[in-house]
Amino acid sequence: MEDLIQIKVTDLSGIAHIIDAPTDMNLSLMEAIKANGLQIKATCGGMALCATCHVLVHSDHALPPMSDDEEAMLDQAFLLDIPHSRLSCQLHLTQQMNGLEVSLGESTEE
Amino acid sequence: MIETDILIIGAGPCGLFTVFEAGLIKLHCHLIDALAQPGGQLTEIYPKKPIYDIPGCPEILADQLVKNLMKQAEPFKPGFTLGERAETIEKMDDGRWKLTTNRGTVHAAPIIAIAGGLGCFEPRKPVIPLLSNFEDVGVDYIIKDPEKYRDKNVVIAGGGDSALDWTIFLADVAKKVTLIHRRTTFRGHLDSVQKAMDLAISGKIELLLNSEVTALKGDGKLEEIEITHFDTKMVLVQSADHFIPLFGLSPKLGPLKDWGLNLSKESIPVNTIDYSTNIPGIYAVGDINDYPGKLRLILCGFHEATMMVQSAFKRIYPDKNLVLKYTTVSGVNAF
Repeated sequence: MEDLIQIKVTDLSGIAHIIDAPTDMNLSLMEAIKANGLQIKATCGGMALCATCHVLVHSDHALPPMSDDEEAMLDQAFLLDIPHSRLSCQLHLTQQMNGLEVSLGESTEE
Repeated sequence: MIETDILIIGAGPCGLFTVFEAGLIKLHCHLIDALAQPGGQLTEIYPKKPIYDIPGCPEILADQLVKNLMKQAEPFKPGFTLGERAETIEKMDDGRWKLTTNRGTVHAAPIIAIAGGLGCFEPRKPVIPLLSNFEDVGVDYIIKDPEKYRDKNVVIAGGGDSALDWTIFLADVAKKVTLIHRRTTFRGHLDSVQKAMDLAISGKIELLLNSEVTALKGDGKLEEIEITHFDTKMVLVQSADHFIPLFGLSPKLGPLKDWGLNLSKESIPVNTIDYSTNIPGIYAVGDINDYPGKLRLILCGFHEATMMVQSAFKRIYPDKNLVLKYTTVSGVNAF
């Protein structure tokens, strides 16, 4: 399936999971992580309103820039100062993200 | 002691609709919620977001749905204990449950319905040394009674709607209001941002941007706060009677995890016949419960609440027959 990309997600116990995610279903990274059974709270369901889908991006993929809402939410949750922070609900999966490496932030299991 | 038939923990959409369905079969309800206002997540997290999957409502804003649910519940005169967290339960000699909140308010009912959503919302606390020492003696995370701040020197921190709204409101109540924000832009309704800016220009409030509170000082109660500017590193000390950090709330399952309920992850497994938990007399409905095929949707919570109150009725009145009445035929008979 050419629409599948692979993403490496490291959970809070340090275990790396390689997940296959389709790019033709309008999924966010948060939804892909959840669909693969990994623990991620994502309380607000994807509205950039809670910061419980916080991830740290480790690969140097060019990702879409943060919206004002994402930046403000990360700031409010005191996460903006942590380098490479993103809200995974705001990262919509594209082919360009193949091989992306992220780890889950502590707030995902609050 | 507050006495009722069904004690509902959580005043979100599911808890509020439980009041209506219980009322139809003449059961009284009382709701307890850690937040200061009803509505749960809908009011606290996304009041102005549209919801499209409420049957019969093609599009409705979250806060409007809460208003409608309150209106629908109103004929059945629900009681509310707001701004308090359900803390402990114990079985009384007469078989009813006694529930006490973190503020010591005591409730009694034969049935407890947990409609706790994601758990109780707890304030996100900034990292400031000695912050906890000043809780309740100057530091507040939620505002229950604005009168508390009349003629006081109040410092609010945050950049979202609640920080803006309370700054604007308290500008007319407090002696002085200072709003401190870590950034230079606000995330709030444009008219609230404009109002706050106007108040700052006219000198009614003091606005400190790109700054944060870095220390609290006082002897037995809050007296002074230290504010640091991010760029210049300049430190400002100012007197304050109250410091109110408003950085949003995050949900925690909270004390009910110690009540002896079966738990799976952060949810409560239930029997889908009546949404009962492993403890007789305690039910769980809405986002907080779990069962095979569970969907965390408001509309599913409404269904669960409707089924649950029938079972609660039979528990309270084992000898009475319950006949399903249609509201179109019988109307809504207020208490």
